[in-house]
Amino acid sequence: LWCFSQVKGAVDDDVAEADIISTVEFNHSGELLATGDKGGRVVIFQQEQENKIQSHSRGEYNVYSTFQSHEPEFDYLKSLEIEEKINKIRWLPQKNAAQFLLSTNDKTIKLWKISERDKRPEGYNLKEEDGRYRDPTTVTTLRVPVFRPMDLMVEASPRRIFANAHTYHINSISINSDYETYLSADDLRINLWHLEITDRSFNIVDIKPANMEELTEVITAAEFHPNSCNTFVYSSSKGTIRLCDMRASALCDRHSKLFEEPEDPSNRSFFSEIISSISDVKFSHSGRYMMTRDYLSVKIWDLNMENRPVETYQVHEYLRSKLCSLYENDCIFDKFECCWNGSDSVVMTGSYNNFFRMFDRNTKRDITLEASRENNKPRTVLKPRKVCASGKRKKDEISVDSLDFNKKILHTAWHPKENIIAVATTNNLYIFQDKVN
Amino acid sequence: IPVSPPPSLLRLPSRAPYTPQSRSRHVPETRRREPCGGDRRGEAGEDTQEKEGILPERAEEAKLKAKYPSLGQKPGGSDFLMKRLQKGQKYFDSGDYNMAKAKMKNKQLPSAGPDKNLVTGDHIPTPQDLPQRKSSLVTSKLAG
Repeated sequence: LWCFSQVKGAVDDDVAEADIISTVEFNHSGELLATGDKGGRVVIFQQEQENKIQSHSRGEYNVYSTFQSHEPEFDYLKSLEIEEKINKIRWLPQKNAAQFLLSTNDKTIKLWKISERDKRPEGYNLKEEDGRYRDPTTVTTLRVPVFRPMDLMVEASPRRIFANAHTYHINSISINSDYETYLSADDLRINLWHLEITDRSFNIVDIKPANMEELTEVITAAEFHPNSCNTFVYSSSKGTIRLCDMRASALCDRHSKLFEEPEDPSNRSFFSEIISSISDVKFSHSGRYMMTRDYLSVKIWDLNMENRPVETYQVHEYLRSKLCSLYENDCIFDKFECCWNGSDSVVMTGSYNNFFRMFDRNTKRDITLEASRENNKPRTVLKPRKVCASGKRKKDEISVDSLDFNKKILHTAWHPKENIIAVATTNNLYIFQDKVN
Repeated sequence: IPVSPPPSLLRLPSRAPYTPQSRSRHVPETRRREPCGGDRRGEAGEDTQEKEGILPERAEEAKLKAKYPSLGQKPGGSDFLMKRLQKGQKYFDSGDYNMAKAKMKNKQLPSAGPDKNLVTGDHIPTPQDLPQRKSSLVTSKLAG
């Protein structure tokens, strides 16, 4: 049972393009929740310490820090614009008091340090409190400066800028389990970086054909295995996933495993390839499975079995009879993401009309919920939704033709340990929690 | 599975060093004419029972082909891939623009059609075609 907890963002319907949320990510402890938007800004929320009195709900998320991560740029050599939209944010595991995250737009990845300052030195001998220098001749006694508490200040500073390594648009970044390296993937290439080194990057996958007219597929997502630092996967626009082992060779153009579900050729249509394009790939926390999202379904793959997924969940099969109009309004190219819960027992993904779906892998039950301000009293239990594909529409059901295709939930995130989820509509961030007690 | 010849596509401009002479960025798009997909149905044969899940997809495809008969044989293939690779690219070359203006003298330069992302033929991007770029000095509303 899921309850409304919080909603962030403006209420008005007139959405400025810069406010469109483009990525959502919890950090490793779940205490911090980061969002990126089309305007290049990052907003980080922090969970309140649990209130012992109000034990029926977990801490709320409040703004912790916000900063401009990327600015729009103009490549003068090629006369092209580089959008400031944040495509992905990935957190580093915490090593010291500061927090670190990687954020990327189409071309440049940045490592940000977010640190707290809650005390400042006071009582200098040669400086006034406002920083002006004192005349040394007026100093009659000496004192020892001390640290005094101050209002908490959270500062974000860019520590590394990884630029100029991608000709095409970066779609993924993924931090290796060695916590020293990470990969960045664009449409045709994947590069390996060391977090400390910005002037060099190692290309590990290159699928650019010698003749661009022979181009048949592009890379859509890539991720490192959560435990094996030598293993990563990348998905393609043709619905395949390749697993690569960096121990096998320096260039991983040849895959170690190829995951592909065979297609019945008599079922093929103009849309087949487009809807099979994988928009997201995510390893399970255990590392044994991976999940892929294509336009209509979510598939779970066992890494030991390449010839078909072990589980397939239909997200919105009723859209199959709407593919023509979805192609015309470009919705068929929407890139939905997906995520696992902390124990890998439930998976979640978004849909249209501000609906999102969860699939319980054990009970095989699924649920459709809506992110809407209509039920925004805290601890209101969300009512399951149902879409009526055709025929008689029951009460409380929504017909396919009434779905709002401009209200899409592309980005969702699940707290790594608790049943708290963050769901991004176009410009609002919703936080839901499961019903405690 | 029949393999259809890849259609010619919008060429990606070559990354030649910038010299005033080499202004070959705007190559007109060439599409090879192909027969509309009649042979695929022949392959399926009369004895294939249309499965419940496939019928809507084929019906949708027929609808699309009826609206846009020039859609290529190759389904969702290289055309849309190239468009994806070029996502967001808008070329504005002030040299090109000023030279074209001089050539046209007082006439108006052809402006972009409804799809401003596709630059083809004689069209040279003009300042009006480029979207306004505002940098976000405003704080995100999520933090408000």
